[in-house]
Amino acid sequence: MRLTAEKLTRSFTRVRQGTNILPAVKETSFALPEGSLTEITGRSGSGKSTLLHMLAGLLRPTAGCVLLDDRDLYALDDRTLSALRAKHIGVVPQGQTGLRSLTVMENILLPAMLTGVKGMEPEAEALMERMGIADLRGAKPGELSGGEMRRMSIARAMLLRPEILLADEPTGDLDDENTARVLSLLRQAADAGTAVLLVTHEQEAKRYADRVWRMDAGALVMET
Amino acid sequence: MRLILQLSRKNLAGRPGRAAAMIALAAFLAFAIFAGSVVSMSLQRGLGTLENRLGADIIVVPASAKSQFNVNDILLQGNPGYFYMDREKLDKIAEREGVAAVSPQLYLASMVASCCSSRLQLIGFDPETDFTILPWVRESYRGEIGLYDILVGANVTVSGDYTLRFYGIDCRIVGQLEKTGSGLDNAVYANWETIEKLIEASEEKNLNKYSVKADSVVSSVLVRVADGYDIEQVLNDINLRVRKVTAVRASNMISGIAENLTRLSGVISLLIAGVWLLGLLIMMIAFSMMTQERKREFAVLRAAGASRRQLGALIFAEALIVCCAGAVFGIALAALIVWPFSTAIGSALGVPFLLPSLPTMLALMAATLAACAVAGVLISSISAVRIARQDTGLILREGN
Repeated sequence: MRLTAEKLTRSFTRVRQGTNILPAVKETSFALPEGSLTEITGRSGSGKSTLLHMLAGLLRPTAGCVLLDDRDLYALDDRTLSALRAKHIGVVPQGQTGLRSLTVMENILLPAMLTGVKGMEPEAEALMERMGIADLRGAKPGELSGGEMRRMSIARAMLLRPEILLADEPTGDLDDENTARVLSLLRQAADAGTAVLLVTHEQEAKRYADRVWRMDAGALVMET
Repeated sequence: MRLILQLSRKNLAGRPGRAAAMIALAAFLAFAIFAGSVVSMSLQRGLGTLENRLGADIIVVPASAKSQFNVNDILLQGNPGYFYMDREKLDKIAEREGVAAVSPQLYLASMVASCCSSRLQLIGFDPETDFTILPWVRESYRGEIGLYDILVGANVTVSGDYTLRFYGIDCRIVGQLEKTGSGLDNAVYANWETIEKLIEASEEKNLNKYSVKADSVVSSVLVRVADGYDIEQVLNDINLRVRKVTAVRASNMISGIAENLTRLSGVISLLIAGVWLLGLLIMMIAFSMMTQERKREFAVLRAAGASRRQLGALIFAEALIVCCAGAVFGIALAALIVWPFSTAIGSALGVPFLLPSLPTMLALMAATLAACAVAGVLISSISAVRIARQDTGLILREGN
């Protein structure tokens, strides 16, 4: 599956300080090739996360469109878009993303539960093993460290083996060892055919990426 | 759907304090509406039953009785007391224009003494002419009512040998009447001959304050007015033409009770409305705050593939669980209080109080549960719409 952005624009309106319209992403065209790991880097507030959310179908663009193969995500009704995202797009949101009333295992199984896919427990176990959180399957997110929570979130996004994986700062709270572990896992996913987009400040990520883009004031610039 | 219920249950269990507080609030609302409705309906039913039992348009009593007794207490509350007038008044009343039917009653009060089981109001009726007591009696007892056979009101304690002793005479209890919720539940009913014999026995023992020939007196005459006649005119005619009697309009006798009851029902309805308004507002704010606080969790669910409809369903399900659990607790609590203490509540309020029938009670429970479920949908609707409408990307952006 191929994810493409065409002239994607997103502005935010700040009402409090007068009606300022702040452009976060400006007419960005971008394609995420299958079987590759693409990194987007850039300063905080440069529009990286906004672009990722639009690509994931989670934030409606002010202008432009996002195509999954030839389907415009934002032309779909919510039910179809949600089903499409659950099945084909894995999203690792930034920050703490655990559902506090569910265990780690249940958190990871969430996409399967939402789509009604059964028998994913062995896959979840395997992902927890690879992420180094196998001992925490029965723990609640409140009992996890920031790094453990990030790894749980990545495992959840990868559970249904999506064709597209969008990760927003997935190594944000991780130590070097776990950063390497996660980056290596994303690399393996890309090698297995997944189109991986990695939004990060992590310098080490460049070593794993096929392409690196830099986001600068809402515009995407090819770095390598 | 199973996932939604599973998630909502886990969400509530994950925040037990908050869930308990919300359930307690819902229970309070259910208690208010169920208990309030039961009390209101019991009052209405009590009054309705009393009206039926009274069954006459006009009640005629001796003029002297009106000044010596609180006739209402004797006729409606079943307080022990008695008075007599000549039997010829019965015929004179029956002769008046517009009178369709007359039926006499004969009263006697038993005593707290060795001759009697306890102090009770004894009411004799004439099975030939009666149109108020017999229909009621027939709901509980279909047999013949012979000499010294008595029927007792629902509140009269029945001993193991099914007899009550009045002025040295053992009377056989042949039936216990349906509850009316009024003082009539404290009285004893017998045929005319039995009461005559008991009056004679009381006189023989010098325990009757009057010296009368039992077969030549009546205590009251119940009158049914013929169709097409004005009750007030017939009543005035009796008062004018029949000497030494006072005719009272039966509906006037209970109008005081009815007024009290209307006032009480109004206050109860107002209280229920106030409690619900305030309760719903508090729950709506609390629920809205709770969902706003969890909006990042909802955004995570969206990112994992949940649709807006699923998020809405999740919020509705949580509110429904809270409200329905609260309703069950509230209804149970109200039933535990109202059921066993219904007699005490009736006495405290000073009005007829008769609990609704079991099917009505079950229907009321179902209605309360439904009202709480609707309340659940109401209080969560704003939160559900707000969360479902928000752009997930914006929520995730806010949290960073």
